[in-house]
Amino acid sequence: MEIIIYGITNSISLALMAIGFSLTFGISGLPNFAHGAFYLLGGILTWIFLNQLGIPYLVAALLSILAIGAFGFFLYWGLMLRLRGLAINEVIATLAVAIVIIEVLRWMGFSGFSYVLPPFIRGSVNIGGVWVDNQRIVMVGIGAALIVVLYLFTRRTKTGLSFRAIAQNERTAIAVGIDPDWTAALSLAMGSGLAVVAGLAILPLGAIDTEMGYDILLYALAVGIIGGLESLPGALLGSFILGFSQILVATFLRAQWQTVVTLAAIVIILAIKPSGLLGKYKELEERV
Amino acid sequence: MAEGEKYRKERLDRGIKARSDTIYVLASSRDLLYLLMPRALPVALLILLPILLHGTYWEKVLFYSCIFGLLALSWDFMNSVGLVSLGQALFFGAGAYFAGALNHYLGWPIFLTIPAGTIGGALICTALLVPVVRLRGVYFSIVTLILPLLFAHLIETLEILGGTHGLLSLSAYPSGWIAIYLAVGALLLVLFGFRKILDEDFGMILRGIRDDDRVVMAAGVNIYWYKAQSIFLAAAVGSFAGALMTHYYQFVGRSVLALDYTILPLAAVVLGGPGSFAGAALGSFILVPLSEALRAMGGLRMALYGLILIGALAALPEGIFHYLQRRYHQFERMVKV
Amino acid sequence: MTEDVILEVRRLTKTFGGIMAVCDVSLEVRRGEFVGIIGPNGSGKTTLINLITGFVKPTSGKVLYKGQDITGKPPYEIACLGIARTFQMARTLHKLPAFKNLIVPLCSPRVRKFRGGKYGERDDIAIDILDDLGFERDSFVPYKIAGTLPHGYLKRLDLARCIALRPELLILDELFSGMAMSEVAATLPMLEKFHREGLTIIMVEHRLRELFRVANRVMVMNFGQKIADGPPQEVMEMEEVQKAYLGTEVEE
Repeated sequence: MEIIIYGITNSISLALMAIGFSLTFGISGLPNFAHGAFYLLGGILTWIFLNQLGIPYLVAALLSILAIGAFGFFLYWGLMLRLRGLAINEVIATLAVAIVIIEVLRWMGFSGFSYVLPPFIRGSVNIGGVWVDNQRIVMVGIGAALIVVLYLFTRRTKTGLSFRAIAQNERTAIAVGIDPDWTAALSLAMGSGLAVVAGLAILPLGAIDTEMGYDILLYALAVGIIGGLESLPGALLGSFILGFSQILVATFLRAQWQTVVTLAAIVIILAIKPSGLLGKYKELEERV
Repeated sequence: MAEGEKYRKERLDRGIKARSDTIYVLASSRDLLYLLMPRALPVALLILLPILLHGTYWEKVLFYSCIFGLLALSWDFMNSVGLVSLGQALFFGAGAYFAGALNHYLGWPIFLTIPAGTIGGALICTALLVPVVRLRGVYFSIVTLILPLLFAHLIETLEILGGTHGLLSLSAYPSGWIAIYLAVGALLLVLFGFRKILDEDFGMILRGIRDDDRVVMAAGVNIYWYKAQSIFLAAAVGSFAGALMTHYYQFVGRSVLALDYTILPLAAVVLGGPGSFAGAALGSFILVPLSEALRAMGGLRMALYGLILIGALAALPEGIFHYLQRRYHQFERMVKV
Repeated sequence: MTEDVILEVRRLTKTFGGIMAVCDVSLEVRRGEFVGIIGPNGSGKTTLINLITGFVKPTSGKVLYKGQDITGKPPYEIACLGIARTFQMARTLHKLPAFKNLIVPLCSPRVRKFRGGKYGERDDIAIDILDDLGFERDSFVPYKIAGTLPHGYLKRLDLARCIALRPELLILDELFSGMAMSEVAATLPMLEKFHREGLTIIMVEHRLRELFRVANRVMVMNFGQKIADGPPQEVMEMEEVQKAYLGTEVEE
């Protein structure tokens, strides 16, 4: 029972971490390696709003989501636009952005027990003999809601549909009047905003640690790669596989094995089935 | 500039540039100097520097510059086959641990551990990367980014190879001269060696693979075999740097697998200019002394590398070396439109 | 009889996510034949070539080359067996000088088997081949960076890369598309010469006039299926072919 409950909460938290990364990559093919850094920055920004400026929690949270979203948007216009086309320059540039953010935050000393976000609802409930704190339940709720909203967004709204159009066939999408740069910038903004949402849902469970900036990126990559980097259901499947295996390993071996399993999963999946379990393998065709 | 008249810049090649790269028409000793100076001057400087800096703090900086220069060259070589690595730390760490373990557990002397570390480390890295050599672009890079982290965690979790403490009190170099001249010599050898390789027929295939791997396949060449060979060469250079550094520190720990050894060489290449190898070396000889001068910044140095990377990517994509090269071989003048 | 068959395609099928790109196509090519493949755009000709040369793995069916099963082999192994192909979009190694493009096939295991080829020697062989294909050796053209050459030269460079491989079967994917009339007129006799010397050629082409001059058999494809196969004159008279492919042209 314990394994099931912790497995589910862990899986949902992984899904939350990965969802923004997968969204951006799926739509614009932009691997946002600064995803973890945004997660971290969003959490710290909220902490500053909350504790230094005394802004109410909900407002602080919304402000940070918007701020990081806007940052992602301008990052696209300011930097990524110059580098589009060469996937590798995008990786190097976003990784560099991540390093700058994380190392500056580390230097400013945003780590440790004094940097804690309060949970949304205090206390805990007993489910089938296991005590689960309310924040975890809130987190699962947010995760589930987000998945539903995103699903509807990409299928029902005009912006969402144009996202999918770009993802499927960029040239045709341009031909019917969708601006690829605008869409990509928007997708990066949304992905960045989602990173903060994930951070706000998960961070109250523990103290803020700058090292997370790198870890979250690795988790997001692992989830995405296991499931297939561009598919939403794939991301969900990936997070459940990884979530449960992490909990199993932590229960029967030692907690340190969690990271090893995560990293090994990335390498092994890429070596065996690079498209991920649910990804569509983009075959390298000339023209049918 | 007078009003109403428009001028534009015109670039002209200096007269000596011959039609092909292999045939030079030399008219005078001045022409000879023109061609030789850009090569001979840095080489002579590199050979003299250890003597000039002997006994000072900057001797160490020179050594580090060579180490990172080797890693940058190794990155640039893989890049010229179209393999973009985000894990130079893997090569570095493999060589460092291989040499360190042989010295620590088996008591091998330095003149055996360094070659063994070079070959052994390169073999391990090649074996690890060959299964994913089919991956394109980003996916290959992700694997190279993950592998050093994976090994750092494995060493910590399994408590092998010294675990979190690392392997201590390894053999030192008999003399500081040996260490520094090994580093300088290797740097020069690898620099000119790589340049030579890429001009040979072998290099044509490597450059072809980067250009369009399907064309190379259609021409009956097994691209994966050539990619594996180039990974081995690049990994050997990285591992050699690692083995060299291990004995310099007389210590090897998980820090050799850290992100520093990936980011600094990468920033050096991007700053210096990829594709020429000279740019990679130049970049590390700018970045390493710079970062030593900014020691007071401590942890912020990583952030600085990041900023340099972003700046260089956005503002000077061709790199310093190519910019200098262009200025050397061409001159600009204003002409009336 | 079977020894004469150099290439046999048996019931080849390829689907891309539900779309039948090539559907149940069979084809036999005898040594020394000059086979043309025609059909409207999107009828699966390029996919068929990709399937034969190993760039795409078939969903079902087999490809036999000189009686040997080559289905699913990697492209470089197939190339080394003697099947060379050009690309529709004239793919070359854009950053290398034109003649260095030929170093790659000259370094392949297949050509190494024929002659040693030391360093430097390959450059001469490459220039010889290019000279035969209209890159004058005394001009600057063979030494220019491939990416800076005009389209017609790129197409011929693509062909030269195939010839350097010393193939037994040459597959040309719309070699003449984008070439000027004068270039076509110059290239056609070269192909005829290679054919006379014993090379088997399969040619996908939209320029029918040129194709019919050289091909002694034509296969017609439409919607991924083979709809006709026979001597050019007979095939063109078939009603189905005219409807599928030529009907629009006649109306013009």
